[in-house]
Amino acid sequence: MSFINYSSREINCKIVYYGPGLCGKTTNLQYIYKRTNPEQKGKLISLATETERTLFFDFLPLALGDIKGFRIRFHLYTVPGQVFYAASRKLILKGVDGVVFVADSQLERMEANIESLEDLRINLGEQGYDLDSLPFTIQYNKRDLPNVAPLMEMNALLNPNGVPYFEAVAVTGKGVFETLKSVAKQVLFELKKHY
Amino acid sequence: MADFDLVMYEEEFKKIEVELQKLYQQANAKVIFLVDKNGQLIASAGDAHDIDTTALASLTAGNIAATGGIARLLGEREFTVLFHEGDKDNIHISLVGQRVILVVIFDQRSSLGLIRLRVKKSSENLSRLFEEIAKKAEKERSEGKFEESPFAEISDEDIDNLFK
Repeated sequence: MSFINYSSREINCKIVYYGPGLCGKTTNLQYIYKRTNPEQKGKLISLATETERTLFFDFLPLALGDIKGFRIRFHLYTVPGQVFYAASRKLILKGVDGVVFVADSQLERMEANIESLEDLRINLGEQGYDLDSLPFTIQYNKRDLPNVAPLMEMNALLNPNGVPYFEAVAVTGKGVFETLKSVAKQVLFELKKHY
Repeated sequence: MADFDLVMYEEEFKKIEVELQKLYQQANAKVIFLVDKNGQLIASAGDAHDIDTTALASLTAGNIAATGGIARLLGEREFTVLFHEGDKDNIHISLVGQRVILVVIFDQRSSLGLIRLRVKKSSENLSRLFEEIAKKAEKERSEGKFEESPFAEISDEDIDNLFK
């Protein structure tokens, strides 16, 4: 649910990074934070445990620039990936405008990916959203590791509808901005449809 | 979409600012924020310069969302007021019309009783204002017109430029 403010000429959109535990959601945000000009970003807030696992969410506000005189702000959130944080995960999806699903490419994490994607679909459904009609991009992360599943196989399992997808190595930044750009573009075009 | 987007025009925005300003003075508050339930800052009153308002808005909304989750577990619809007490500053968070969050930060120059009293009054006014805003947006939506839509001619190139 975007917030369009004609008074301050701002448009705010919420993008949520979803995925199984340790797939690299926080790493995506950390890389974006590192590589964005100071005037374009706010503080990266991480509500994490002592072992740096996300407890509630990470939050990064980005103001990338203007379109037609309106300042475009994206609020990026991650969910806690660990299974037992299900209740918190649901809350973060409130008012979402676009979703990035970060999949862990390692063969042994394939089941966790499928489970998490199913969880995403159910949680969105409970908020009245349908994943198939939301701006949605998939990121296949950790492509640098030796034991990764072939892209075709991952697409067959996780992306039957053929939404935009990107290969990534979030720690080095590969694919990170491409993913963000893809979902941002879909969000803005979705808004265009309504306004 | 589950909810309609929040669309704010100059006229209503001014009214909201006036209401917040009034509350700010009557409640002897330090700073007041109005935050969308999704974590976006709508307006503020008082000296907010030293505060990271974007982060505060997002965390407040997270706080309200978590509390709402607890409420439902206990069979309550919602807990409408949260209060945090600090050494110097206190924060009073309340839900307005199920839609927006009113955050009042105050110190010893005010009191919880006064804040509660004034917030209650202001909430009624704000709630009415947000109803007006929702009605206006709905009307414009059904008539298919929005003031100078920024999206009308948005292009691939515009979006590419954001990422340069």
